[in-house]
Amino acid sequence: MSNMVQAIRMALHVAEERHSVTEIFGEDVGPPLGGAFTATQGLKTAWNSPLDERGIVGAAIGLGLAGQRSVAEIQFCDYAFNAIDLLKLGGMVHWASNGDWNCPMTIMTPVGSGIRGSIYHSHSFDAMATHIPGFKIAMPSTPREAYGLLLSCIVDPNPCFFLVPKALMRVRNHPGEEIPGEPGDDKALSKLIDAPLGDRSRWQAQWPDTPDLFIKLGEARTVRAGKDLTVVSYGRTLPLCTRAADELAGSEGVDVEVIDLRSLWPYDWEAIRASIQRTGRVLFVNEDTEVTNFGEHLLRRTVEELFYELLAPPKLLAGANVPGIGLADDLEMASVPQLPSIRNAMLDLARRSP
Amino acid sequence: MSTNLRTVRSAQHPDFSPELLVRLHGLMLKARVLEERLIQMYKQGDGYFWIGGPGEEAFNVPLGMLIDKGQGPGHDYCHFHYRNSGTLLAMGADPIDALRQMKNTATDPYSGGRNFVGHYSKREWNVVPVTSPIEVQYSIAPGTAIAQKRAGGRGITIVTGGDAGTAEGDFSTCLVWASRPVNQLPILIIVTNNNYGISTPSEGQHGEKRISDRAKAFNIESKTIDGNDPEISYRELAAAMEYVRSERKPFMLEAMLSRLYGHSSASGANPVLDEADCLKGFERRMEERKLLSREQMDEMRARFTLELQEAHKQVRSEPQPAGETIYEHVFSDRDLVRGDR
Repeated sequence: MSNMVQAIRMALHVAEERHSVTEIFGEDVGPPLGGAFTATQGLKTAWNSPLDERGIVGAAIGLGLAGQRSVAEIQFCDYAFNAIDLLKLGGMVHWASNGDWNCPMTIMTPVGSGIRGSIYHSHSFDAMATHIPGFKIAMPSTPREAYGLLLSCIVDPNPCFFLVPKALMRVRNHPGEEIPGEPGDDKALSKLIDAPLGDRSRWQAQWPDTPDLFIKLGEARTVRAGKDLTVVSYGRTLPLCTRAADELAGSEGVDVEVIDLRSLWPYDWEAIRASIQRTGRVLFVNEDTEVTNFGEHLLRRTVEELFYELLAPPKLLAGANVPGIGLADDLEMASVPQLPSIRNAMLDLARRSP
Repeated sequence: MSTNLRTVRSAQHPDFSPELLVRLHGLMLKARVLEERLIQMYKQGDGYFWIGGPGEEAFNVPLGMLIDKGQGPGHDYCHFHYRNSGTLLAMGADPIDALRQMKNTATDPYSGGRNFVGHYSKREWNVVPVTSPIEVQYSIAPGTAIAQKRAGGRGITIVTGGDAGTAEGDFSTCLVWASRPVNQLPILIIVTNNNYGISTPSEGQHGEKRISDRAKAFNIESKTIDGNDPEISYRELAAAMEYVRSERKPFMLEAMLSRLYGHSSASGANPVLDEADCLKGFERRMEERKLLSREQMDEMRARFTLELQEAHKQVRSEPQPAGETIYEHVFSDRDLVRGDR
């Protein structure tokens, strides 16, 4: 069963074979490395670009304007900040030209904490991405969803961010959530599509025959049904929320509904609304810094539209509003939500009474 | 260096037919009259902001005449900045559309009243949306050129910008990406050098002798020319384009030229009298060569002025975009650049 980088690789292979992707590029994206996290190994259209994020984003915009489908990688989202105005520009091509041009492109970038990446390999990008209108934004929490969301981004006529949670890159699908066509045996899959150590100059990937799977942008997934409390999350914190919910069901008898938002723009307000109306309690969880956080937008909408249906104040659990994530274990753990803080927040909210 | 390049030379170029020279002059004159009308519109309150290219006609008009206009990688992609009105006019744009953008009407075909004048956009001609941030177009141009290199054919990417903006990293990006040994790109990198960044003279900010010298470090062929001379501009642009089309490699062309009404309306949009006027110089030459008389040129100017005056009146009566349209075209449901209709 694939992990997330293998799923991304297989989606990119499908995209270059069947969906006209002509360029997959970025720093170290092509051979021999195939990506800092190996997500682009073995792909025939992958190539190495100069170490220049503005050039990478600019080239992706230009390729889009020329009608080409490309996937451009920023090696870490921490390095996308010097290209913000170009990203803004990509997001406004269609609007600024009053509908004359569109700009298909997928900007793929690893985000968030979880690898002890210190100050410049741990930033989140979801709050920033949602401040760039004109982009669609996907953020998977499982390999299968990475596969399906990435394909949806690639065939979309608009610019898309595909944000990859670093902490989940080696996490595998749960049984029953496989990508159709992938070998069930991890070692067999690895032998087919993981580049060998050492000399790779003659290596070629042997791709399993995986079909198209498009997970619609804007459709959330209810990971766990529950009646006492709604938890909305995405990315690294999503599986932590599910685990915390499972634990609370056993130890406290609290029944938590967990929703994986999967795409931040467009986002599935209907799924959130319907769940909150059932439970009357909601916790939003993500790890970006908490001030002007995307969860704050969801909180605002909850208050404005569902105020009289709430049984407890809606809550956001997010990253500490500090400039970076420190390297030492305790610094990282204290900076972004972890299992205990998520569990405590859930329990606190579930026990509140009107 | 600039002194000899900034005066209009009177050298004869026998390879130009009289018809071509008359056409060149007509377009330069019309482009100037268009800018004068746009400035007038600003001063009459028929627009919030003016920026444009009066003084750049001798370069921008030949550029527009030589572009292979069309849609898709087989034709030239144009990444312009906001002083290219003469280029669009020479490509065949209707001048009234510039007035519509000036007055931000709903009928403005370039942005529907959303963007400043001179911020052209026309997919049918591969003119990608002009943006106000200086120099971003130099980072985007390699993308269309990669597509053209892959597609084969003779289509090229043309990017224009000013001298001050070359200080931005995007200019270096363009040089690096255009000259990668594994994939050199068919980009004509143009710098129109008017020696100013808004109010700041270049000599205090730029230590390089010529901007075109920067190309040498990347093994990119380059040249600095007198952009105030339309015949030199035409000939050098034609040669540079042919090189890029056939060699599929970049070329940098730096054109020294004038800025006749300052930076924009932000600096008053008043005539600057100590800069060489390419149109005056070319008109003297046309008279000397007996290709056009003063009377003919005066009559032509009066006719263009009247045409644009009428266009101005018409634009005044056209509707403004409605506020509720702001949510239109945030996302596209069609892949227009890939052929959806």
